[in-house]
Formats: sequence, C-alpha cells, structure tokens
Amino acid sequence: MFDVVLVANRGEIARRIIRTLHVMGIRAVAVHSEADAGALHVAEADEAVLLGGAAPAESYLDVAKVLEAADRTGAQAIHPGYGFLSENAGFAQAVLDSGRGWVGPSPACITAMSDKVNARNLMSAAGVPVAAGTREPVLDADAAVVAARDLGYPLMVKASAGGGGIGMGVAEDEPGLRAAFETARSRAERFFGSPEILLERYVRGARHVEVQVLGLADGTVLALGERDCSVQRRHQKVAEETPSPGVGSDLRARMFAAAVAAGQAVGYEGAGTVECLVDPGRQDFFFLEMNTRLQVEHAVTELVTGLDLVAEQLRVAAGDPPGFDPAAPPVPTGHAIELRVYAEDPQRFLPGPGTITRWVEPSGDGIRVDAGYHDGDTVTPYYDPLLAKLCAYGTDRAEALARLRAAVAAFVVDGPKVNLPFFAELLAEPEFVSGDYDTGIIERMRS
Amino acid sequence: MAELRAEMVANVWKVVAAEGDAVSEGDTIVILESMKMEIPVLAESGGTLSRLAVTEGQVVQEGDLIGVID
Repeated sequence: MFDVVLVANRGEIARRIIRTLHVMGIRAVAVHSEADAGALHVAEADEAVLLGGAAPAESYLDVAKVLEAADRTGAQAIHPGYGFLSENAGFAQAVLDSGRGWVGPSPACITAMSDKVNARNLMSAAGVPVAAGTREPVLDADAAVVAARDLGYPLMVKASAGGGGIGMGVAEDEPGLRAAFETARSRAERFFGSPEILLERYVRGARHVEVQVLGLADGTVLALGERDCSVQRRHQKVAEETPSPGVGSDLRARMFAAAVAAGQAVGYEGAGTVECLVDPGRQDFFFLEMNTRLQVEHAVTELVTGLDLVAEQLRVAAGDPPGFDPAAPPVPTGHAIELRVYAEDPQRFLPGPGTITRWVEPSGDGIRVDAGYHDGDTVTPYYDPLLAKLCAYGTDRAEALARLRAAVAAFVVDGPKVNLPFFAELLAEPEFVSGDYDTGIIERMRS
Repeated sequence: MAELRAEMVANVWKVVAAEGDAVSEGDTIVILESMKMEIPVLAESGGTLSRLAVTEGQVVQEGDLIGVID
C-alpha cells in the first residue's frame, strides 16, 4: 500500500478521501486554489500545496501544477475524486508515466467510455442493451433531423463527450430538436471541447438507476448494488437511494449481469458506475453511460454494504486484494438515501453563493454527513454548488425516510441560499414517499 | 427606465446585446455563469439598452447593475 497519496480535488470529496487515507495510515496531501486556502480539506490533510487562482483552469484542472505538487510532496499515488481531472485520460496517463499509482481505471478505459457514442457501441457489442440512438456522432441540426426520422420522437439530445447533464435536452418535434441541438452543441464545445452530439430515444416515465461496479486487481468485476438517481433537476441528480424502489429482483439480476459484462468488456479496474434508464412498467433497462470514477452518491452503497469504496479503490490501485472475500462480496441490507445539499434557492434552483454565518450538521442513528464547508466559509461562484451530502440509513425505506426528515429539519445553514426547504417538501411529497416516482418528479412538483 | 441587476455573485460569461441596441421583452442581454451554470439576464421590458455596465470576464456581486433599458 502507498505511504503518501495526493488528493486532486476539493470540498466534501477531498475530505472524504482524506478520512479513509488516515484510517489506512496513509499520509494525505491536499491541493487547493487561492479561494480554498481556508477550506476544511486543506486543514485536515497532512500537507497542502497551493496550486493557483480560484478559477479551476488555474488550479484544480492544471495538470502540470498537480503533478508538480505530487513531486514536491513525494506522493506515490493520486486520487482524483470526481469531476475535475478524474475522467481525463491524459492526466491519468501522465500520473502513470511519472511512476505513480493512479486511483482509477486505465487511461484506455477512460477514453473508451468518455465518448458516449463509442461507449454505446462498445456496450451494444458486449450484449448490454442500449436505447435506440445514433451510432455516429451528429454534427449539424439537419443531420439530427434526418436521424430523428428513423429514431422517432421524443429524443434526448446530449453531448457525446459530456457529463453532469450539461447541455442535455429533450426534443418533442423538429423545431424542438433544432433548438435543443443548438443548445447542446454550444455547451458541448464550451464545456467539453467537442461539438459531437448524440441522439437517443427518450423514455418517458423512466427511472435513472445505476450499478456500482468494482474491478479487482486480479481482473474480477463485481456488481455491488444499484442506486436510484431519478430525483433530478436540469438532468442533474439531487437525491439518490438504494435499493431502487422501481427495480424488481429479476431486473436487478439482469442489470448486475450487464454491468459486470460492461466492466469486463473494457477490462475495468477500480470503482465505476454503469448508468442505465429503467422502464419500471416493463421492468426493462438500457445502458446510458459508464462513469469511470468514484460517484458522488457512493455513500449510499457504503451504508448498505458496510464497504469503504475509497479503501477498495486504493487497494486495487496498489495491486492489493480487496478488504472482503471476493467470492462472497457483501450483500446489501437495509435502505439508504442521500440528499445533495446545494447552495441554490429551493424554488428555481438557481445558484446562491455567499458566506456561511452558521452551519449546524444533524447527527443521530443512521445519519451520515459528508460536508465540504463549515461556519465562516465563503461559497464562491467558481465551483459546483454541492455543500454537503446528507445521508440516512434505515433497516427499511420508511425508517430511512423518517431519519432523513428529522435530519433535514435539524440541518442549519445560514448565509447562502440552500435547497434544504426543497428536501423537506420532497420527503413529504406523496409521489416520492410512495417510491413510485421517475425523473419527472421535480418538474411535476414545480409546475 | 428599468435597471437590470445581478441576482447572485457570478462571472459575466457573455455579453449578448450592445449599448444602444433596441431590445424586446425577454431578449437576452448578458449571460452570467455561477457554480457551473449559465444564467441568462433577460430584458424585463422592451426599449433601448441605454447603458451596459459589465464586460465579459468581469465578476459581479449580488445586486450589481448590469444594464439600463429606457
């Protein structure tokens, strides 16, 4: 195992990784921007290196500066967290070329999965079901209209190189497709540096369910449970739970088998997530994409399996066996739900940066809070709005919900706008409470 | 006269309209960016954009003046 690991991230995920490094007796190196000099992840690391200015391009996304920090601190491996450089194959390769461990899958895996068109074709060839969609990147609106004649409406329009829901839109007809195409293309170029667009048949009333996989150092790929991520605004997740209330045991078995096949098809190593769309009525699913990194919502899987996924990632990267018997991986028990506490207003979900004047985290049986901020911190406009993940475990869904309601009521964040009042609403919303909800739930709550 | 003000701390990503432009209600004047999200600032009424107070790349605070429509 490594003695020194650099965490190339910020906020709650940097703290969460540092926590495991310390449990494993590994020295933790943090990196930070000027805006984050007083951040908790910097204070909690054994050593911290200033990268540069607040803008991500000058700090957390600057490959040369991160590698220089690793050099200076003697870091033997780099954990990228999620976002930033985590799915940058060039960075992964540079880390490996510098003789360090990379806590993630191989650069070839990252490349194969980062292009959604390529990933879809690869999965289809491996026998994983994919939704009807374009097999080649679509480059202009006229070509999109032609493709739509074969595929039929409604269609999901998204950046082939994209992620995080950025630029995604649903088109119901030709004028809608032209508008959605232009939006997707301009965002794709700006955020992902590629204008390539993918069209996919949009499934109404679908749930977004993903499978956690772990590729071990010996090549075994395991499915460690699913997460339902159907509570979304702007195609971005705000709440996740496991097990999914919309997935029956037969469908679950088929999804796990497909996720393992997906991982094996690319020789996957480490933690990854196979995202799918589920048609709950038909108990059918389609592959959407694979995220080649630790997922934001990995905490709910940890709560029901007792695993420490960061520790398992580190073991794989170091070539060590897992911390459990791979012939009998932990069977999930109970129910866990995560809420993403964002600095945004609870009505329109617009960003609300500001200085935190009071921060009181809830605690209690089954409650886990992974936070990136505390009293006195300023939430700046430079990074994503995630302040904390509030998770609750229960022996069943009703218990998890009850614990979560109390925790939401007890969570105090004064200063920036936060979406906690929205979560109080969500936890009282009959559709959510019933478990019978889909990706349209927030839109219905706000219409 | 109608003043357009920033609703939050943000970076001015794109200036869409120019000072002196005739604008209609709902036209995009500038696009702000905050926390990885684009937030268009729209004309709340039609008229002439008599003043544009921001430039691309500038950081605006909540309440800062973005433009004036006469």
